[in-house]
Amino acid sequence: MSASLLAVDGLTRTFGSLVVLSKLDLTVEAGQIHAIIGPNGAGKTTFFNLVTGALAADSGHISFDGRQIDGLPAYRRTALGICRTFQNIRLFGSMTVLDNVLLGLHCRTHGGLLFPLLGVPFRPAKAEALARERAHEILELVGLALRARQAAIELPYGEQRRLEIARALASAPKLLLLDEPSAGMNTQETLELEVLIEQVNRRGVTILLIEHKMSLVMKLSRTVTVLNFGQKIAEGPPALVQRDPRVVEAYLGTE
Amino acid sequence: MLSDHTVSILIFAGIDVIMALSFYLPASAGQLSAGQGGFMALGAYTAAYLTVQYGVPFPIALAAGGMIGGLVGLAVGFPALRLRGLYLVLVTFGFGEMVRVLFLNAPAFGGPGGFAGIPPATTVWHVLGLLIVLVYFFTRLSGSRMGRAFAALRDDEAAAEAMGVNSTYVKLAAFTAGGVIAGLGGALYAHYTLFIDPEAFGVGRSLFVMLYAVFGGLASFWGAVVGASILSVLPELLRWVKDWREIFYGVLVLVMMLVRPQGLLDPALLARLSLRGERVAARG
Amino acid sequence: MFAQQLVNGLMLGGAYALVAIGYTLIFGVLNLLHLAHGEVFMVGAYVGLALALAGFSPWVVLAGAMLGAATLGVLVERVAFRPVRNRGSHVTPLITTIAVGLVLQHVVVKIFGAEPVAFPAPFAAAAMTIGPVTLTTLQLLILGTSLALMALLELVLRATPTGMAIRATAENQTVAGLMGINVSLAIVATFAIASALAGAAGVLLAWNFTGLSPFFGVKVGLKGLAIMLLGGLGNVTGAMLGGLIVGVVEVMSVAYLASSYRDAFAFAVMILILMLRPTGLLGARLQTG
Repeated sequence: MSASLLAVDGLTRTFGSLVVLSKLDLTVEAGQIHAIIGPNGAGKTTFFNLVTGALAADSGHISFDGRQIDGLPAYRRTALGICRTFQNIRLFGSMTVLDNVLLGLHCRTHGGLLFPLLGVPFRPAKAEALARERAHEILELVGLALRARQAAIELPYGEQRRLEIARALASAPKLLLLDEPSAGMNTQETLELEVLIEQVNRRGVTILLIEHKMSLVMKLSRTVTVLNFGQKIAEGPPALVQRDPRVVEAYLGTE
Repeated sequence: MLSDHTVSILIFAGIDVIMALSFYLPASAGQLSAGQGGFMALGAYTAAYLTVQYGVPFPIALAAGGMIGGLVGLAVGFPALRLRGLYLVLVTFGFGEMVRVLFLNAPAFGGPGGFAGIPPATTVWHVLGLLIVLVYFFTRLSGSRMGRAFAALRDDEAAAEAMGVNSTYVKLAAFTAGGVIAGLGGALYAHYTLFIDPEAFGVGRSLFVMLYAVFGGLASFWGAVVGASILSVLPELLRWVKDWREIFYGVLVLVMMLVRPQGLLDPALLARLSLRGERVAARG
Repeated sequence: MFAQQLVNGLMLGGAYALVAIGYTLIFGVLNLLHLAHGEVFMVGAYVGLALALAGFSPWVVLAGAMLGAATLGVLVERVAFRPVRNRGSHVTPLITTIAVGLVLQHVVVKIFGAEPVAFPAPFAAAAMTIGPVTLTTLQLLILGTSLALMALLELVLRATPTGMAIRATAENQTVAGLMGINVSLAIVATFAIASALAGAAGVLLAWNFTGLSPFFGVKVGLKGLAIMLLGGLGNVTGAMLGGLIVGVVEVMSVAYLASSYRDAFAFAVMILILMLRPTGLLGARLQTG
């Protein structure tokens, strides 16, 4: 039995009169791949936004790695080891592939605004050189090493998704939140993605996955949580959840 | 040796480049300031007051001008945290106006009559020296941790936060540094013109600073350098059109912006230039 | 004394509001700042001056200024906005309009000279007294015209097809286009209306100050910008209210405090309000990203 890495307790968020997430309890165990599924509008992405600190919860608590993180700004949570990808790819468009990954290293490196004035002229600073080395390793891992100097937005769609993962990995997360990483990918790309996610997980990164492709969810995840209208309607191993009548009902609707 | 006239053109062009860079720095983090004239005024008045009233040596007065610019930049940065895009442009606009009116009503600084008797100190070498430091700084910044954080913030603030960038800190740093550069520019200006009045740093100044940087292109600090150099020397080149000069100037800027809406050094041109650079480097 | 100052302030504020409404209409519809709007206002006033010097009646002067400014406004849209609307960054139109403003200023300098010129009063001033307040016919004309134009604008925006097209375009350009609204036409109409109001304000303020200069547009333009922010970007009613407030505050500050601070008040009030309520007094209709 492994310890819980993320524990969410009574998490609620409303937009006006619309309750998007209602008293959600959820525990993610360290080292797992945990999937969250549910119909559109079930509150999955809102949940990610609450965990990463992009949105504030109306009520409820989030603790991460044994520490309450309610009210911490997003960048502090990233420093603690929570990082994410976005459903609608949000790479930094004016930057190269390498720079996107280097940006991910922001919270693991040091150096303020006056830093560029220090050090030996015409030689990159040592910290920068180390950061670049690390970034290249990560690009190697996701298979984008040859693309390093290209503009991020010039990449094909599937590679942009991999770059988002690389950028998040650069922040050395303990918990990686992937928001529909396979969206828009063809079968081949999805298979490669599956391998990548497993590889990342084997390196000790716990993964929380929002995904619509059930094949991917079934193969990868140990636990699946099903959300519908902001509430948890089922949870457990994928094979069991798949047969749960409430889940079938949520997806197919009742007659 | 250079004639006095040439020297004056060089110094004013250099100060314009410094000012354009002071706009570019926060702009590279997505923070558009239309109040750089205000920071310039603060630097100019601070430094001039110190040299005139207390006989402070020029380098120290210069540093003080930059420091005041930076401190006020930090202060202006706070409201800027809550404002985006054109709201920020308008509020910084208002800031510039407030500074101008403040000096207009400050008898200690000469009020509307201006502040005279500033000892000559700025030489072309001071301006050039600061420019070299700035160019060195900006070249190094673009490949550094903070430089990337600036670019990320400009591209997508929420995503930058999610990747661990403290946007509050980065924005304040950008505003502060922009204020320092503009303050230094103002201090150099005051010790060359030897007379300053609030009107020299009004809305017109702030808008032209913005014009220089955008004309050159915001994709790289070279845009600010090139834009300010061209546009501040342009009036000299347009002497032959006599009193049609401003009209010509306006039309030229307009036509250029219509032809190249992203500025002279737009991303496409920069990509071509850097590719060529790489090829040369690879061959060498 | 106080009541008199209040009326003076409202008179000034009404004209300011007309300028600010122009900014806010253009911002509301296009999400862009029109930095040559102050110059359109100034050119409108000069058109009025030319007509007044030719001996036309005040109404012709006013109508001519509005027509001249409207034509110029549409031209500015053609030259400085439309070509860069979907290209370049959102600072590009700032620069193109600064350039246009510079050109307009110096074209007027070429024609009328750089020095301030006197603007002939429309008719011999007759004063009447209502309680503590003394009003000249000119003041009455200025106040009445600006209020009437604002009422007319409300009517146009609410009850005419053009007004509805403008409002729909401000709401969402794409959707308006899909619903069969001629978006380009709505944009041109916005510029025409905004500029016509600025032209009217030009004449009204020139009457009030009995003179004008080619650089008249800079200060008033700035005030218009501050008022737009005060009222909430893109909010027409807010601009009206903001204009009146700034006019009154300005007159009061001259009457009771130092006159040299006058120009700072609009901005001081604006910054204060933005600190407390970033979307302006009545809230912005459009948020900028």
